[in-house]
Amino acid sequence: MTTVDSRPADQEPGAPVPAWRSVGDRLRRSETGRIFGALVILCVVFSILSPHAFPTSANLVNIASDAAVLLVLAVGATYVILTAGIDLSVSGVLVFAGVISAKVMAALGGQSVGVLLLGLLAGLVAGLVWGVINGVLVAKARIPALIVTLGTLGASQGVALLITNGVDVRDVPFNLVLSVGSGKVAGVPWLVVIALAVAVAGGIILAQTRFGRYTYAAGSNAEALRRTGVASSRHLIKVYAVAGLLAGLAGYLSLARFATTTLGGHSTDNLSTIAAVVIGGTSLFGGRGTMIGTVIGVFIPTVLQNGFVVLGVQAFWQQVAVGVVLIAAVYLDQMRRAARERP
Amino acid sequence: MSEPLLEARGIERSFGQVHALRGADFTVHKGEIVALIGDNGAGKSTLVKILSGADRPDAGQILVDGRPVQVDSPHAARDLGIETVYQDLALAADLDPAANLFLGREIFRPGLLGRLGFLDKRAMGRDTAKEMERLGVRLKDAAAPVAALSGGQRQSVAVARAAMWAQRVIFMDEPTAALGVVQTEQVLELIRRVRDEGIAVVLISHNMPQVLEVADRVEVLRLGARVARFTAADATVEDLVAAMTSGTAEERAA
Repeated sequence: MTTVDSRPADQEPGAPVPAWRSVGDRLRRSETGRIFGALVILCVVFSILSPHAFPTSANLVNIASDAAVLLVLAVGATYVILTAGIDLSVSGVLVFAGVISAKVMAALGGQSVGVLLLGLLAGLVAGLVWGVINGVLVAKARIPALIVTLGTLGASQGVALLITNGVDVRDVPFNLVLSVGSGKVAGVPWLVVIALAVAVAGGIILAQTRFGRYTYAAGSNAEALRRTGVASSRHLIKVYAVAGLLAGLAGYLSLARFATTTLGGHSTDNLSTIAAVVIGGTSLFGGRGTMIGTVIGVFIPTVLQNGFVVLGVQAFWQQVAVGVVLIAAVYLDQMRRAARERP
Repeated sequence: MSEPLLEARGIERSFGQVHALRGADFTVHKGEIVALIGDNGAGKSTLVKILSGADRPDAGQILVDGRPVQVDSPHAARDLGIETVYQDLALAADLDPAANLFLGREIFRPGLLGRLGFLDKRAMGRDTAKEMERLGVRLKDAAAPVAALSGGQRQSVAVARAAMWAQRVIFMDEPTAALGVVQTEQVLELIRRVRDEGIAVVLISHNMPQVLEVADRVEVLRLGARVARFTAADATVEDLVAAMTSGTAEERAA
């Protein structure tokens, strides 16, 4: 029996790579590498076009802060999309959680750390509730995720508007804005530190734990997961719950950053999030993707937006560009998938 | 012969008006390959589902080592040492073979990390390599997702998973239906190896020459009941086909 070794010759055969993680991982890494390359090229182009405004440390901090809230959402969306699901509700849930959090802090009054933490807790719980609703409807009632989360997008936004009568809550504790919203540690904004911590934790859980493995398996072959005796619908509920929880955190961070609930300012966050995750190499069909890809993916729409602003191009072009890149990314994913189906 | 390893007695199962199993019997002995054959609608799939815990009988008895048992879930079947290789293989195509072999039965790292759900990928990889070695399965790339493997190799991974966990019996539903000649031969060889390790294999197949080639015994279902039992070495394709198409339910042995 001949075993055909299709490994390209340039891959060091004697390298101390553990036998169980070689070519597939390397391919994936190089995929991530390509996205990273695109991001670098984008930055270089903007730097050349605008050498005094784009590549400055102030502007980089700006970009990172812009990306932070989106990154928190994208970590949750990575899990959801890996299960072959989708969560459109995050923009509504973010606003809802921000409103609840602001209302709780306003009701408690004062600027103490305790109040800020209770506000955080309120936001997290508010997000979690919507996430669990999404998860139960998707996993137990078996309604397509697209419809469920489109429904909860409208519902959560509507409830937020009902609570506030459509007027932004502005009495956000000033200490929150000063600390989380615009404070820095060693020159890095707290927002960025928090978002990166979420991404690192999310990435480790995804790659190293059983929770992560079931997430890949659920998107890869949910029936196979169920037949091995795993309660796969319970796992799906947990995944949507995590996405909701992170949308709650994002709502709190947004509150800290803008000092207001920004009721109308997040309507395209869900699309930006999904675009970032998909651009980062996660397959909309589920089962394939990495957290590092998502982190890089988040920066592509953010850098585009920032670059257009810096260049004085109408920022609306960013939406056009992200739309085009998203469609291209999904098309590439489909091609890869089709190529894989006939090895 | 010694006590049967797994025995089904008088299994009844109806779906509405359809009487799929009418007092079906089935016997598996230790360390044998027994083929379960029958025409479409004879009740093979229903019987296998019941014996692997995916479906429940309306009446009848299942015995393991002579003791009556309840096989009311796939979990219960697995606890009894019964594994199933489904026709669609039930593999997660994006995961590598090791992840598939241990799906739902992961090994955790020792200590606190393990309690937090961290996987011991090294241990699972090592055990998988050992299992593949034992069964003589040579994978082109052990770290590639299953999707990158050929049909025969995917089948081998599914069989290896069952062989790794089965203590008593493996059910295989049409394991070679989608395979080419060479791959089919490899999978049949794998099945023999599993048998030689002491695990009984129940082979569901439509391919009569193949059944006679690989099986030790053949049991024939027709119209929801067992109509014949053959020792493969003494039977011909004509015998099997005759039993499948015109056999009558055998007298229930006491």
